[in-house]
Amino acid sequence: MAEEKDNGDEEMETNRVKGFAQGHTASKVSETRLELDAGLLELQKKIKEAFEVFDHESNDTVDVREIGTIIRSLGCCPSEGELHDLIAEVEEEEPTGYIRLETFLPMMVKVLKERRYRPVPEDVLLQAFEVLDTAKGGFLTKEDLVRYMTEEGEPFTQEEMEEMLSAALDPDTNTIQYRDYLAMMVIDEN
Amino acid sequence: MLLVIYGNSDKKLVGKLESVKAALLIQSWYRCYKARLELRRRQALSIFESIEYADEQDQLQLAKFFTFMLENYTQKKEENSVYQSIASIENQRLDTKTVLRMVEVPDSYEGPRLMFPLTYSDVLLLIKAFKENQILHARYVLEVLVEAKKVLKQLPNITHIMSIETKELTICGDIHGKLDDLFLIFYKNGLPSGNNRYVFNGDFVDRGKNSMEVLMVLFALFLVFPNDVYLNRGNHEDFLMNLRYGFTKEITSKYKKHSAKILHYLEEVYTWLPIGTLIDKKVLVVHGGIADDTDLEILNKLKRNKMRSVLMPPSTPSEIELRNIQFPYNFQTSSMSLDQMPKDDWDQIINILWSDPRKKKGCSPNTTRGGGCYFGPDITNHILNKFALKMIIRSHECKPEGFEICHDGKVITLFSASNYYEEGSNRGAYLKLKKDLIPRFFQYQCSQMVKSKTLHESVNIVESTAFRILGEKLIARNSELMQVFKMYDVNKTGKITFYEWGKAVGQVLEMDLPWLSLCPRLAQRTEDGYVYYKMGFKKLTAINAPKQVKSGMFQTLVRYRRDLKIIFNVIDKDKSGLISLEEFRDIWKLFCSHYGIKIDEAHVDQLANAMDLNHDGSIDFNEFLTAFDVVHRLGGEPKP
Repeated sequence: MAEEKDNGDEEMETNRVKGFAQGHTASKVSETRLELDAGLLELQKKIKEAFEVFDHESNDTVDVREIGTIIRSLGCCPSEGELHDLIAEVEEEEPTGYIRLETFLPMMVKVLKERRYRPVPEDVLLQAFEVLDTAKGGFLTKEDLVRYMTEEGEPFTQEEMEEMLSAALDPDTNTIQYRDYLAMMVIDEN
Repeated sequence: MLLVIYGNSDKKLVGKLESVKAALLIQSWYRCYKARLELRRRQALSIFESIEYADEQDQLQLAKFFTFMLENYTQKKEENSVYQSIASIENQRLDTKTVLRMVEVPDSYEGPRLMFPLTYSDVLLLIKAFKENQILHARYVLEVLVEAKKVLKQLPNITHIMSIETKELTICGDIHGKLDDLFLIFYKNGLPSGNNRYVFNGDFVDRGKNSMEVLMVLFALFLVFPNDVYLNRGNHEDFLMNLRYGFTKEITSKYKKHSAKILHYLEEVYTWLPIGTLIDKKVLVVHGGIADDTDLEILNKLKRNKMRSVLMPPSTPSEIELRNIQFPYNFQTSSMSLDQMPKDDWDQIINILWSDPRKKKGCSPNTTRGGGCYFGPDITNHILNKFALKMIIRSHECKPEGFEICHDGKVITLFSASNYYEEGSNRGAYLKLKKDLIPRFFQYQCSQMVKSKTLHESVNIVESTAFRILGEKLIARNSELMQVFKMYDVNKTGKITFYEWGKAVGQVLEMDLPWLSLCPRLAQRTEDGYVYYKMGFKKLTAINAPKQVKSGMFQTLVRYRRDLKIIFNVIDKDKSGLISLEEFRDIWKLFCSHYGIKIDEAHVDQLANAMDLNHDGSIDFNEFLTAFDVVHRLGGEPKP
């Protein structure tokens, strides 16, 4: 870099380098330093707000069993295994059963900035259902879905299974019309 | 290990998926969806809690206003009727026989007919009738109240229960007019009887739509089993709270011309409710909690019936003196101070009815509620040790699971109104105690909906109600909000960031809520993540207020309509629903002066005339103020 560039440009350059290193997409490169700061502030606030919802004693700690919900509610989609790893990163040396905001916040900022554990797009989800639909009929039987969800991957609890079925199951045919189900879920979310 | 299939730019799956990977994908996605719903549900609940407490905090200001009113309201007439209605109840008492004679049960009445003294079959009759949505005639309501008062009057301030091996003891928390929950408890746990003893820990009324029926069932059971049914006073067993939180409205709509008499008796019956129960001298059951100076000996000795309302604290001697100096008109200090309860005693009761436990040590004023204290685990230990107690069971706070244990197992919160804020918001619970004094909890959740809701639907319901009432607050503070928004909008673009919006709203409303997360749902936003603050708030509400009300007055009326209803109701001695124009003008000026609201003399008259709907010189304030209730845009009845 040429020496005649002033500090501001140099900072921008540094940020751009950092940006690439963190896997930012091209559009972010044009952000000014001010906007980056504001963006960080907003990110931190968003994480804090999600954290506070579960901070029952208002002392900047949450029960470790709720961390998964917090991380997921912020738009991340880790598997249980990946969650486990994340928790290990923020847990105390001597696990107390609580996670502190001061350890959680930087970790979560990083996760969000690096766009880790992004939820998969709808069409990928559809493909997943199609893989399970061995008969290629466009639907899953209740028994099949229950079997897959409660026996494969990271099995559902009974409560989770019942909840999914309450919205996904078509009571007339006792099947899961997964295309329709997904379409509905997408609308729900928005 | 499974293939990691997430990537920045991947749009397709990498490689061929086995069913295990597909299942994992779906499970992870579903859990993420569920978590987002859970966050929304909890945020909605925190909105409800915030607003509930903010409302209670307003009461502190209202209480001060009543004192202010007493000091400053001068009437041209001989008798100071406002003073009388606030300070004394004695003048208004008619004897019971006269009152009952005035209310006759017509032959055409098809509801339940009670025979006094009440028996178990009367109770069953009552329950059956209420299940069929019948309304008990005013005459029986009054008789029940009269009889209940007679028995309650004999009880000590703190009732004692000795647990007996063969008798079960069940404790219930807040019911808040939710008759279905009460019936559910009786269904699961049996009706109260000689062998099935119950303690009801206050807040029987307000909010729910069957407060009267709940009260009647509880009083009837109490009259039939006076040694086995224990009723503690809650902070809502308070006639001024009822004005604000719905019971008074329920009574006036169900009983119309007889409502005045009922309200009058109710006021007094409340004051005779015991303020606590002591089980085996070890377990203290009170509605709110304790404070650092809670003294069972003082509580046992004080005259509990002199505690009329949290909004009417006794004046301290120094205040009375001050008044005499500043306002040398004939201030009836003697009768005031004779009638009053000593301030210390009053504080003792308020703390019992209003306090909340907290993790933080020490004892500090409960600023959220505007009454009572926050008490920490050290305070609990201190009081338990001082009076050789084992545990405190209290209610007063809604908990998602219907109960909560804190302070290392020494304080239990018990809440028996499920779906308190909205369908799906929380469970209710009751507990049973045996001789070992180890609580066993039972939870339930009433459901009115025939078809059970999916997770998404039930979260939606809770959320939309929360947003509606939040919307009310936003509307009421609109001009202040606009001012602060403009401050953030330095370049006058009409846009601000989510973050700035959140800060502004939190500042103005003084409510600690997750504003950043709520912003996209409440505010009008642009494509690129900014807020068009001038466009107002999303999917909110309309108010069908009378046109004559000028815009400056409008917001004041929306914001303070509940307080104003209470104030006018207090002035309305004969409970006719009307006050004179003169009374209105005086009070309105006092109100604005005390609350720091600027008014124009001309506007006062305009307002008075606008409120005088019949043009007959009297003001139907309830009807007028109801017009300022915020109505949801999609129509439907405004909720109280």
